[in-house]
Amino acid sequence: MEFFSNLLNIICYLPLVGALFIIFFIKKENTKAIKLWATLFAGADFLISLALWFRYDPNGEPFQLVYKKPWIPAIGAQYFFGVDGISVLLILLTTLLGFIAVYSSFTAITHREKEYYVWLLVLQTGMLGVFMALDFVLFYVFWEVMLVPMYFLIGIWGGPRKLYAAIKFFLYTLVGSVLMLIGILALYFYNSSGFALVGLPGLGNAPTFDVTELMKVAPSMPLSLQKWIFLAFFVGFAIKVPMFPFHTWLPDAHVEAPTAGSVILAGVLLKMGTYGFLRFSLPLLPEASRWAVPWMVALAIIGIIYGALVAMAQQDMKKLVAYSSVSHLGFVMLGMFALNPQGLSGSLLQMINHGLSTGGLFLLVGIIYERRHTRGLSEFGGLAKVMPVYATLFMIITMASIGLPTLNGFVGELTILLGAFNRNTWWAVAAATGIVLGAAYMLWMYQRVFFGEVVHEENKNLPDANLREQWTLIPLVVLCFWIGLYPKPFFKIMEPSIRRVVQVVDPQYLQAPAASLPAPPAEKPGHGVAE
Amino acid sequence: MNAQLSVLLPELLLAGMGMLILLVGVVGRPSERVAFFLTNLGLLSAMGGVVVVGERGSETFFAGMLQLDRFALFFRLLFLLSALLVVWLSRPFLLRAQQAPWEYYALILFATLGMSFLASGVHLAGLYVSLELMALSSYILAGYFRGEVKSHEAATKYFVLGALSSGILIYGLSLIYGVTGSLSLAEVSGKLAAGPRSVVATAGVFLLLSGLLFKVAAVPFHVWTPDVYEGAPTPMTAFFSVGPKAAAFAMLVRVLWVGLAPAAPDWRLLLSWVAAATMVWGNVAALTQENVKRMLAYSSIAHAGYALLGVVSGGALGTQAVLFYMLVYAVTNLGAFGLVVLLASKEYAGEKVNDFRGLARRQPLAAAAMLLFLLSLGGIPPTAGFMGKLYLFAAAVHAGYAWLAVVGVIMSAVSLYYYFRIVKEMYLASAEEGEAVAVLSEAWGVRALAVCALATLLFGVYPTSALAFLAPAAMIVPW
Repeated sequence: MEFFSNLLNIICYLPLVGALFIIFFIKKENTKAIKLWATLFAGADFLISLALWFRYDPNGEPFQLVYKKPWIPAIGAQYFFGVDGISVLLILLTTLLGFIAVYSSFTAITHREKEYYVWLLVLQTGMLGVFMALDFVLFYVFWEVMLVPMYFLIGIWGGPRKLYAAIKFFLYTLVGSVLMLIGILALYFYNSSGFALVGLPGLGNAPTFDVTELMKVAPSMPLSLQKWIFLAFFVGFAIKVPMFPFHTWLPDAHVEAPTAGSVILAGVLLKMGTYGFLRFSLPLLPEASRWAVPWMVALAIIGIIYGALVAMAQQDMKKLVAYSSVSHLGFVMLGMFALNPQGLSGSLLQMINHGLSTGGLFLLVGIIYERRHTRGLSEFGGLAKVMPVYATLFMIITMASIGLPTLNGFVGELTILLGAFNRNTWWAVAAATGIVLGAAYMLWMYQRVFFGEVVHEENKNLPDANLREQWTLIPLVVLCFWIGLYPKPFFKIMEPSIRRVVQVVDPQYLQAPAASLPAPPAEKPGHGVAE
Repeated sequence: MNAQLSVLLPELLLAGMGMLILLVGVVGRPSERVAFFLTNLGLLSAMGGVVVVGERGSETFFAGMLQLDRFALFFRLLFLLSALLVVWLSRPFLLRAQQAPWEYYALILFATLGMSFLASGVHLAGLYVSLELMALSSYILAGYFRGEVKSHEAATKYFVLGALSSGILIYGLSLIYGVTGSLSLAEVSGKLAAGPRSVVATAGVFLLLSGLLFKVAAVPFHVWTPDVYEGAPTPMTAFFSVGPKAAAFAMLVRVLWVGLAPAAPDWRLLLSWVAAATMVWGNVAALTQENVKRMLAYSSIAHAGYALLGVVSGGALGTQAVLFYMLVYAVTNLGAFGLVVLLASKEYAGEKVNDFRGLARRQPLAAAAMLLFLLSLGGIPPTAGFMGKLYLFAAAVHAGYAWLAVVGVIMSAVSLYYYFRIVKEMYLASAEEGEAVAVLSEAWGVRALAVCALATLLFGVYPTSALAFLAPAAMIVPW
């Protein structure tokens, strides 16, 4: 039992322990040992985190595996870890991608290896902490801790414009998160005993940063205050997502980052923003969330279409994938602000999907970049003949990203569209346009890279994906098929947590007569696929 | 009388040791080790004295001149700690520069003595005398390297402007005395609260405030800082940015919130604008600095701005935030300046940002320590600087100054741009671009840095015990 009460701590800090181990016990010349130990720690972390999948009981307590200790009693901050269905999935995604990021870097990183793996592992701890923390101060600490390793990953091992990209990423996300801090403080003070912020009476309970406590009292704050706090949170989360027009740091950061950095950025860091909306904005500020729906949906739809159009115009494969992220995250936001179970669960599933497929795409682009040191679309052509295994893997991941039935993207997008349709037909129509555009630019990219004759001499003898590279991708491919064919376990885990959010943010929705609603996707999501 | 004198044990130890060092220096001129040893002994025994004397249950002594409370206890310990770390950092520096240590160490002790009195002063005349004792010692220390033109210039500027600000301050005092007929903070407060608001009193408050704002280097009284900080011997710069600044904040908090609290409507709005302007100006001006000492000078202006946020907010929370921030800022800033001190560059005042180039490759530990200090200055967790700012911003939001907190928060983000210029040089500059000036691993300097680094981490991860100690100290502010 002792082990399980500390499970979250172990998962969160194991990578940090690994980083310290590498710093103190392994010489920097011994790159083999560094890689080995980094992989072992990241791998062990993933395996241990699988316990969450089995230990978490979707129908049990809202937050499980709780670990709670006083931390700064003077302000009521606690050391408080706990997970629900939303965070379990994101933690699993993080540990998996973290492991893959380490494992995929063996040949890509050829200088300052020790620092590289240390920062990668530290970053892992920061990200995991974000998904586990249920205390606002603790959450904020982890949220900010991630910035530094990412800054170094981009700034040291990045591409030609790495310095610019690194500082842009850093400052952009920092400005967002510090404004969020003001929102957190406002929330804290308003809900503390007898205190009046901007002349409003408090709600008469002890001051706390405890998210679970705030969930009970914060929703009854007056709308005027909710709006302000929502805006403060919005800036922090929207930059991280990134929502249009806060996305401009993303292409720079993605293009300059090393492959593993891009995988982590796209796979996990972007989810922090959407997670923030789902975990904090919606349940804590339901009235303001409803108030914001038109704005959020408008920005989401602009993001979907704008991201797709810009992606279509790219000549650089990595940039194309980066802009496709803007588009995909627009989907996630659209689903979320449909504020119904379908939209929200589709949104969460699509977060996972995007982590898998876009993470995979960045890995694939990285593989070819290592061989050719270019990512220009015009530099390739006919690769299907030269690198058949690579081409096959690329095909599967591309299809997953487009949302072909039997693959994960389809389930996510369909569920989101259901949710959006349920609110407003036009949202679904606009979003569907994005799907069409998405298919267009992805297939066009695939065609230009893999079909036709091999025109460039250098490409004629490119080695196919080696065993290690294949193994970095196979888990992703397997998961893409699994979610595409049998998503039920995933929906099952998230369902009760999602319903709790809807219960707060739009209670009428759940009370509406069941007949007027389409079947919730949690029941038979597989059917849409089969038909 | 004896009981009263024993209260002064730490101060007596400091004064005695300072004079002994001067005397030994004149009479015997033994090795510099002796001076270093005696200074350490003086500071450590004074610390012991502070602990022994303790808080004595908030009594006033010497006809209402001094009050011993948790507030005084905290600041006395803080000043002694800062002085101790500065002395550790100074030794290698003095050896390298081949400067006589005797008067130098004695002056540090005297400056600390002045600050120590400031911490417990509740009488404006007493406060003024303590302030001058601290300031005069500082002027000499700024110009201690007589051969260096810059050091000369720093001392002259510091002295002339400091004397001017003292004049303004004491003019303010005289106006307040004229209106209230008293210089004791408690009586001033009572008279101000009882009587009708008078123009003369308001003028006095503003003049007094101007004098104090000069001492904390707040905009628009900050202009002397970069030049003085650049020209002074680097360990002294570290000292000025921490000791006298914290002392001025101690005085500011006590004078404003104990003595002039009834006039709060007069000065609070003004002070909030000063805080905002200080944060903005300090950070923006730091962006373009090439000299690390100047950059840190502007950054210290900015940090005074953050701390003013706590002063404006007031109340127990605001005061506690100021005190905690002073502690956090002291260890962090001493650490950052400490690295500059140990940077083995040719001229003592020419520390360029690119002297740090590639430091991470050559001396990873030194670079990691600097990274820690810079992150703390920028307010990134899990460092002490984050906890300090969290408290300040919380106090501001609590007191209804959310707009000030927003300014502070945005300016913290701006500040990271220039802090990260050093980080960039240390970690991101490629090998072809040249190498860093080495950081010397001189034993006492390294010890000082280690203390600062550990404290920066400790107060960031587990600030609880420090905060618990500070909570009663903040109670001097009535509401």
